[in-house]
Amino acid sequence: MSSINVGYFPGCSGLGTSMEYERSTRAVCRELGIGLREIPDWNCCGSTPAHSTDSALSAALASRVFAQGENAGIGDVITPCPSCLKNLRVALEHMEDPLFSARVEALTERPLKMQHSIRSVLQVMVEDVGTERIRGRVRRSLKGLKVVPYYGCLMTRPEKVMRFDDPENPVALDRLLEALGAEVLPFPLKTDCCGGSFSIPSRKVTPRLAGRILDMAGEVGADLVVVACPLCQMNLDLRQGQIRAGGIDRVLPVPYFTQLMARAFALPEADAAFNKLVEDIEPAFACMQRRAADIEAEERKAAAAEAEKARLAAERAAKAAEKAKDAGPDGAGAKSAGAKKTKGKADAGGGDV
Amino acid sequence: METVCLNRSDDAFVKAVEDESGQRVSRCYQCGNCTAGCPMSFTFDYSVSRIMRLIQAGQKEQVLSSGAVWLCAGCETCTQRCPNEINVAGVMDACRHIAGRERKFGARAVSAFFKAFMDSVRFNGRSHEVGTMALYMLYTGRVWTDVELAPKILPKGKMPLLPHRIAGRREVAEIISRFKQGLSDPDLVRAGLDAQGKSAKEAVS
Ligand code: SF4
Ligand code: SF4
Repeated sequence: MSSINVGYFPGCSGLGTSMEYERSTRAVCRELGIGLREIPDWNCCGSTPAHSTDSALSAALASRVFAQGENAGIGDVITPCPSCLKNLRVALEHMEDPLFSARVEALTERPLKMQHSIRSVLQVMVEDVGTERIRGRVRRSLKGLKVVPYYGCLMTRPEKVMRFDDPENPVALDRLLEALGAEVLPFPLKTDCCGGSFSIPSRKVTPRLAGRILDMAGEVGADLVVVACPLCQMNLDLRQGQIRAGGIDRVLPVPYFTQLMARAFALPEADAAFNKLVEDIEPAFACMQRRAADIEAEERKAAAAEAEKARLAAERAAKAAEKAKDAGPDGAGAKSAGAKKTKGKADAGGGDV
Repeated sequence: METVCLNRSDDAFVKAVEDESGQRVSRCYQCGNCTAGCPMSFTFDYSVSRIMRLIQAGQKEQVLSSGAVWLCAGCETCTQRCPNEINVAGVMDACRHIAGRERKFGARAVSAFFKAFMDSVRFNGRSHEVGTMALYMLYTGRVWTDVELAPKILPKGKMPLLPHRIAGRREVAEIISRFKQGLSDPDLVRAGLDAQGKSAKEAVS
C-alpha cells in the first residue's frame, strides 16, 4: 500500500459549521495513509456570491489559493466541499484560455507557474484508496444501519467539469457505505438540489426542497441521510426543525460520510464528532445494533436449519445404504463404505448445531 | 403573463450575454427540459426556458430585472439536461453578472446576502458565518433572520463569534478592489495583451 500525499483545502465552513466534516476527514485520511498538506494561509474561494458577481473575480480568489499552494510546492489539491471544488475546478478550466487567464492575473498580480488539479475527498477515497481497502479497515461494521446517500447537486455536475461518477445516478458513495457494512437503500433524489444556498435569504425554499429530500428518505425507510456537502448538511440538519413544522414527522440524523467511516474504523469519538450534529444520531445507532442482533440471530437460525437439513439427508442416505446392503450381495461392500462416509459427515454437521 | 414585443430586440444585449457566458443562446429550441428539472422554478417570475427565449429575443429589461436570475441556485441541473449542450446555468450566471453591473437586483434579499458574504471575505480573507449574518441583517433590516436557530447551533460550538483572519487578507481585499476598479475588463486586458504582443514583435525585429 503506497501512501498518498496531497495538498488540502479545508474551505471556510470547516472552521465553523462543518467542523465535524473537517475533523473526521482528517482522522480518516490519517488512518488510510493519505497525507494532507494544508495550503498555507488559504483564502475563501468566493463560493456562489463570487461566481454570481463575475467569473474573473471568482477565478482570481481561486487562483490565490493555488498560488499559496505553489509557495509550499503543492500542485494537486483535494477538498471536502463540493461547492469549493466546483469553483476551484471551473477556475482552472477557464484559465486555460489565455485572455481569461490574463484577466485573472490583472486581479491577483500572481501568475501561476505549476500544473494544478483539484478533486474531492470522496473521489480520492473511491478512486485512489478504493472500497476494498476501506472494507479491510472496518473494525465495527455498520451492519443493520439503513442509509440513503445524498450527493447534492454539485458533486457530479456539470458532468464535463466534475468528471466523476454518473451525473444523475452516482454510486461512489453507495459503494463506500456498503463497504462499511451499511445497507444502502435506493434513493431517487441523490442529486436533487436542497436549496442550501438560499436558506438564509429565502424562507420558502428550504422547507420545500430540503423537505422533499427528508420526506423521501423517511419514506424509503432510512435511519439517516448521509451527505458530503457542508451546505446540504446544514440545510438538512440545522433547519430540520423548521422543515418539520411544515411536513415530515420523524427525526433523521444527517452525518457526513467521513463520520461514519470514523465510526466503522473504530476511531476515537472525538474524531467522529457526532456530538456536533444537531439531530442526535445515537437512536439510529441503537436501532442499528438491535437490527444487527436480529440479523445475526436470523443468520444463526438459518445456519442451524441448513445443518439440520443436511443431517436428515445424511440419515436418509445411511438408511438407504443399509437397505441396499441387506438386499443385494453384489458390490455391497463398496456401497456400505460410501454410506459410512456420508454418516460420518452427518455426525460432524450435527456436532456444529 | 405580460406580452413581449418582439420587434424591439436589443442585439447588443444578446451579444453581451453570449460573450459573458461563452454560450450560443440561439441554439436553444425551447424544449423546456431545463424548466422541467429546475428546482427553483416555483420561485421564478420567468421560468429558465422563458429566460432563454427572452434573451434570444433581446428583451434586456425583462431579463435583467427578473427575480429568476437572482433566485437561480446554480445547481447545474439545467446544464446537465439540455439536449443542445448549452451551459444554461452559465447563461443564468452571466445574466446575474450583467444585472449586477447595471445595478438591477430583482431579488433584493439574495443580492444583499451575496454582498454581505463578499464583504466578510474582503475584511477577513475568509467568509465568516456570524459576520455574514450580521451584515446581511444590517443590509436588509431583517434582524430576526433565523434567530430561532441560535439555541440549536451555538451550544455546538460551530459558530465562532470571531472571524479567522488570514495573514494575506490585504491581498484578498486588493483582488476585490482591483475588480471594482474594472482592471479585469476584457477589452482593457485584451488591449494590454495586444500592446505587449506588439512590443514583443518589435523587440524581435
Ligand atoms: S433544455 Fe436547452 S434547448 Fe431545452 S429549453 Fe432549456 S436551454 Fe433550451
Ligand atoms: S441552475 Fe438555476 S436555472 Fe438551472 S436548474 Fe438550477 S436553479 Fe434552475
